Amino acid sequence: MSRRAAPDRARLLVRREHPVARIAGLAGLLVLWELLTRTGWIPPLFLPSPLAVLGSGLEMLRSGELTTHVVTSLERIALGFGLGALAGVAVGLAVGVFGVLEAIGNPIIAATFPVPKIALLPLLILWLGIGEASKVAVITLGVFFPMAINTYTGVRHADPLLIRAAVSFGAGRWSLIRKVMLPSALPMVFAGLKLGAGTSLLLLVAAEMIAASSGIGFLVLNAQNLMETTRLMVGIVLLSLLGLASHWLLSRLERVAIPWKADA
Amino acid sequence: MRIRVDNVSKSYGDARARRVEALTGVTFTVEAEELVAVVGPSGCGKSTLLNLLAGLLRPDAGTIDFEGPLRAGRPATAMVFQEFALFPWRTAQSNVEFGLEESGVPARERRAIARRFIELTGLGGFETRYPHQLSGGMRQRVGIARALAVDPAVLLMDEPFSALDAQTRQLMQEELLAIWARTRQTILYVTHNIHEAVFMADRVVVLSRRPGRVLEIVPVELPRPRVEGMLGEAVFLGAVERIWSLIKSQAREALREGAA
Repeated sequence: MSRRAAPDRARLLVRREHPVARIAGLAGLLVLWELLTRTGWIPPLFLPSPLAVLGSGLEMLRSGELTTHVVTSLERIALGFGLGALAGVAVGLAVGVFGVLEAIGNPIIAATFPVPKIALLPLLILWLGIGEASKVAVITLGVFFPMAINTYTGVRHADPLLIRAAVSFGAGRWSLIRKVMLPSALPMVFAGLKLGAGTSLLLLVAAEMIAASSGIGFLVLNAQNLMETTRLMVGIVLLSLLGLASHWLLSRLERVAIPWKADA
Repeated sequence: MRIRVDNVSKSYGDARARRVEALTGVTFTVEAEELVAVVGPSGCGKSTLLNLLAGLLRPDAGTIDFEGPLRAGRPATAMVFQEFALFPWRTAQSNVEFGLEESGVPARERRAIARRFIELTGLGGFETRYPHQLSGGMRQRVGIARALAVDPAVLLMDEPFSALDAQTRQLMQEELLAIWARTRQTILYVTHNIHEAVFMADRVVVLSRRPGRVLEIVPVELPRPRVEGMLGEAVFLGAVERIWSLIKSQAREALREGAA
């Protein structure tokens, strides 16, 4: 009788983590960038060095210029995102719960959703003026649609068994909405918030490039006009940080709001 | 509380909009504090019957009556579901309180009542767990506690243990009987498992396959408390044999047609 060891196939089934590589990749890219710009192969007008961008950013922070732009942009985003999210959840919930509203609302949303929201900015400026209102409005619109559609989908995908269980224990319409449909939709609502955060950043920059005298979008466009590539890069880095921060914040919020998914 | 199901029929439209007769002329009674099991082959309308009793469906013909005094604020029925149907966003404690919330019981009282049934069902120490953190057996304890907490006159159980493994199922059956010995609800217990039906019930209603009608009502002459040792007794085996002989050919037909 021949003896043979059990085959070792475990290697294919585990995915190893590489903590060093995670940091090394990003750090390597920055170092490469710095070195390339130092050799003078790439003129700073095209691509300033990372250290120059950092220095410029610190200088702008000291002068208070940076804070002004960031605060202005944050105000626009906060207002637009907040209004859009609230309206989106309310409409999505209503359309998801009531058959009549679904019949009315679905075709309207389907017809208006594909319009690129930035194309509406000129119209919004015509209606609301060149001031804050039109910028906030375009962000509100951009956030409203993903929120409404996601909330609606979440409500419609609420487990029928849970609805039956709730009804069997005497739950009324309002109880069903509050205690079954809304919590069922919550994961989709958060997915919508994350989508909306990306959209609102995009629309913010676009709106600020078209018609603004402050804000990060203005900073980027203005720096380009003046050939100040370093300041332009500061704006881009800021936007990337803003995107990272909003995603991180929403993920944290999600873990608090959906504790039953936390360690699933 | 006594349940009288009198000549009840129910049909519904299936996915291809054909009428499917689920139940036809079903008549039986469940006496107060009796535990009656309903068995039948796949697609005999067992779940339809429970939904009718819970008021989640309305019969096309016939009547369903609950006879007997009902204390104010006490619902006639509460249901225990096969797939547990716990709210994933609620802790065990909060799930048990759900029915009480809907009956308008004040928060403090709710907590006290829930605590009592959590202890009774052996959930002590698991109050703050979410359903996904509990085993199947523990989840169904929550389901049972949630139903018992509203103090229903009739407990409706829809294959409550069929999603559990065989060992857990046996233990849960005995535990349910022990709990029932204290709470004494009228219980209508639907299952496809003949052994389970005979082990649990005072009488077993045997349904035919679709359209479901009552083939026979088989009494189980085993004393209580029921214990595992009875599974080998002649009375037990005789009842199992009788029920199986009633539904064997029908189950075979159902298998051939792939009916669900």
